[in-house]
Amino acid sequence: MTRIIDRRFDSKKKSAVNRQRFMRRFKQQIRRAVNDAIQDRSIRDLDNGEQISIPSKDLSEPQFQHGRGGIWEQVFSGNDQFSSGDLINRPPSGGGGGRGQGKAGNDGEGEDDFVFHLSREEFLDIFFDDLALPNLIRTQLARVTDYKTQRAGFTADGSPANINIVRSMRGALGRRLALGSPFSARLRELQKELDKVVEADGEDCDESLQLREEIARLRAKIEAIPFIDSFDLRYNNRIKVPKPTTQAVMFCVMDVSGSMDEEKKATAKRFFMLLYLFLNRTYEHIDVVFIRHHTVAKEVDEEEFFHSRESGGTVVSSALKLMHEIIAERYARGSWNVYGAQASDGDNWDNDSPICRELLGSQVLPYCQYFAYIEITPGEPQNLWREYEKLSGGHKNFAMQRIEEPADIYPVFRELFKKTLV
Amino acid sequence: MKRATATKTKQSKHLPATSEWSFEAIDAYHREIARVAAEFGLDVYPPQIELITAEQMMDAYASVGMPVNYHHWSFGKHFLSTEKSYRRGQMGLAYEIVINSNPCIAYLMEENTLTMQALVIAHAAYGHNSFFKGNYLFRTWTNADAIVDYLIFARHYIAECEERHGEEEVELLLDSCHALMNLGVDRYKRPPKLSLAKEKLRQSERTEYLQSQVNELWRTLPIHDTKPGKAPAQRFPPEPEENLLYFVEKHAPLLEPWQREIVRIVRKVAQYFFPQRQTQVMNEGWACFWHYTLLNHLYDEGLLADSFMLEFLQSHTNVVYQPAYSDRWYNGVNPYALGFAMWQDIKRICENPTAEDRAWFPDIAGSNWRETFDFAMRNFKDESFVAQYLSPKVIRDFRMFAILDDEHEAKLKVSAIHDDTGYRRVREIMSDQYNLGSREPNIQVWNVDLRGDRSLTLRHQQYRQRPLGGNVDEVMKHMARLWGFTVRLETQHEDGSVELVQETRLEKRRGQAEN
Repeated sequence: MTRIIDRRFDSKKKSAVNRQRFMRRFKQQIRRAVNDAIQDRSIRDLDNGEQISIPSKDLSEPQFQHGRGGIWEQVFSGNDQFSSGDLINRPPSGGGGGRGQGKAGNDGEGEDDFVFHLSREEFLDIFFDDLALPNLIRTQLARVTDYKTQRAGFTADGSPANINIVRSMRGALGRRLALGSPFSARLRELQKELDKVVEADGEDCDESLQLREEIARLRAKIEAIPFIDSFDLRYNNRIKVPKPTTQAVMFCVMDVSGSMDEEKKATAKRFFMLLYLFLNRTYEHIDVVFIRHHTVAKEVDEEEFFHSRESGGTVVSSALKLMHEIIAERYARGSWNVYGAQASDGDNWDNDSPICRELLGSQVLPYCQYFAYIEITPGEPQNLWREYEKLSGGHKNFAMQRIEEPADIYPVFRELFKKTLV
Repeated sequence: MKRATATKTKQSKHLPATSEWSFEAIDAYHREIARVAAEFGLDVYPPQIELITAEQMMDAYASVGMPVNYHHWSFGKHFLSTEKSYRRGQMGLAYEIVINSNPCIAYLMEENTLTMQALVIAHAAYGHNSFFKGNYLFRTWTNADAIVDYLIFARHYIAECEERHGEEEVELLLDSCHALMNLGVDRYKRPPKLSLAKEKLRQSERTEYLQSQVNELWRTLPIHDTKPGKAPAQRFPPEPEENLLYFVEKHAPLLEPWQREIVRIVRKVAQYFFPQRQTQVMNEGWACFWHYTLLNHLYDEGLLADSFMLEFLQSHTNVVYQPAYSDRWYNGVNPYALGFAMWQDIKRICENPTAEDRAWFPDIAGSNWRETFDFAMRNFKDESFVAQYLSPKVIRDFRMFAILDDEHEAKLKVSAIHDDTGYRRVREIMSDQYNLGSREPNIQVWNVDLRGDRSLTLRHQQYRQRPLGGNVDEVMKHMARLWGFTVRLETQHEDGSVELVQETRLEKRRGQAEN
């Protein structure tokens, strides 16, 4: 009679298309909102989605409506004090007795923002929309050529270096047994017969001589079976499996000398945060190495990296040296994509800066997919900047930027990681 | 009498009283509700009950409550805002969505308890359903047999246009159409019925024919200019046209055939929802009345457990609650509350009329309530229903009062309250509040400059000196995009003077890049 239909398992996300259209249409506004949101976030909070708000006037669907003014006469409920003819002061707009439904809708809309929730993926997608690391394309191509060889059983042909001796010998033995078995059976028969004959007639009768001759012939036949044949050879089979380069290591190098105040550190932190986020999206596994330095460099954990304070002079080269050592020791080239990000206020011992340039150019950059240097200083470029500037021409994987305040970070980030097409 | 039936059926069976629902339990409830509804003589489309998830409910919400609809960003926007308030728990999803179709599709949400499912079945699958089938507006304006098919047709057609002409272009067109949607309905004419087969058959014919008509209208070569002496200036349209989208579809000079078809689709959908906008109080009140009556009847028969009734009554009371004007959550008169109160009151007038009722409603006082109900449900819309049946008792119960807000006066004035002198006035104002004609500005196509610059003039007839709201220029841009040439909007004041409110200039020629 009636139908009760269970639709709960029908295809989900029916309105996904509409949602996408909405996102596409308001891309500009959403992007702006995402940028604002980034400014307010703390480093550990970046894996979540985001509450986005867009001024609702931007996405209103206009209709002809009555505006304020003119004559309105409306019925309300719950009279507790009025009798006809009473005069009332106008309530301040929006409050008190409220106005009619038509008008309330009208007024309310313009003021509130339209708020909705972006999933983490959508949030990051927008954030990274047209960004890509400069060498990303190369890395991706490299992904395909980066193979890992893997054992995959045995094959009948291959290069002599891959001969598997045990397997080959076992095969040869089997073949010899198989080929020789009719002869061996016959041989055993003859031997028995011979024993009988010898027992009956003695050693030298004709029959026994004949038998011996035959036995000798059979033996010869068995022995003529080759000990090893090319047919027996087995080779270790190794196949190449494309190995995704899914790991990256990111070096955060920061100057923590006295001249780096909290504000500069916070700025640097955002810079690292953004790089981390980007890598996080590109690679499955990321190691982060924090190196802080004043006159000596030290590898530390994140907490210490950002929060403990030191003072003293600055020797940047110590950090680069340490970075080089760590790369050589733990992140041998090939399986790791090395990224470096260095933040400093540019204040360095004068004599040290050329050493830094030298170190960076010869020991660090060749191992890095990308190395970015930011100088956080409101004033003139410092000596380290000038030295590094000499490098920036010759190395495509090196970039540098100057940042003055936190608000500059995002544009700088875009500049640093602007999409480069091959 | 009631007691007797109760004891008689008590031992027969008790419907399941768990809070978890099961298909068997829903079926059992549905069978009983259907039986009682038939005893009361409710005439319904065969109900089709569908169980859906909360997400699907939000989907249905977003596409204006239809099971299928074309794609548009605005539906995505509605989905997002619904989802947001649902997630935050600001808003429970509506108990139900019911579609005016044959069979009548009623959605039940899986999160609800068994009690709520039974409530929704009674409310939607029998209450709303019988209203859809009986009320004259729905009978005139909508075709329950064909609506789902028509929407499928519309969705495919628009998807095809997107493939051919690009999503962007279709989206812009839909934006413009949506802006004029409320003015895309025939208020007074009878519409032709929708039907999928007919639509498909006639669609290609129509596009060709339409195009030729338009060309005829805009023919630039003068034909009969032989007579000297000027013919009286030709007026076009000869009568003002209230349906803006219809006018655009038939007469806009530069639209392509597919664009006309899309205008038509939006117009048809708007027309389909037109009755719903005019019968909120009646329709919701009717559905509330029936879920209340049907379930109480089942309880009297002894089929429902007390726990069921308590949960049911709590939801019911929430739905028909009317806050006072001074409450923080006051948001106008609650149509559920008003409608429910009015239907209950009509029943009371029929069964136990007082002297006052006899004076006010001589026709129905003491009559058979079922017949009176049937008549009222079939032949009214909110405006006339309130004007006809809002009784002094309901006005008193709601403690209604009317406030006059005249911008020329410094203070608001209480123009009528719930007393002998005020009943009629309150009723009149209340009725006007539900009159779409006064709720929405009256804007019609007034004139087209046929021989000149092809500009289109809209005229707004002002109602009680109310000006047009803030986004007039946005809507006018949409109108100009559809029309393809300059569009003007005039306001005719109540004293007859005419004022130009807005002129949106647009000169677009075929083949030029649109922008």
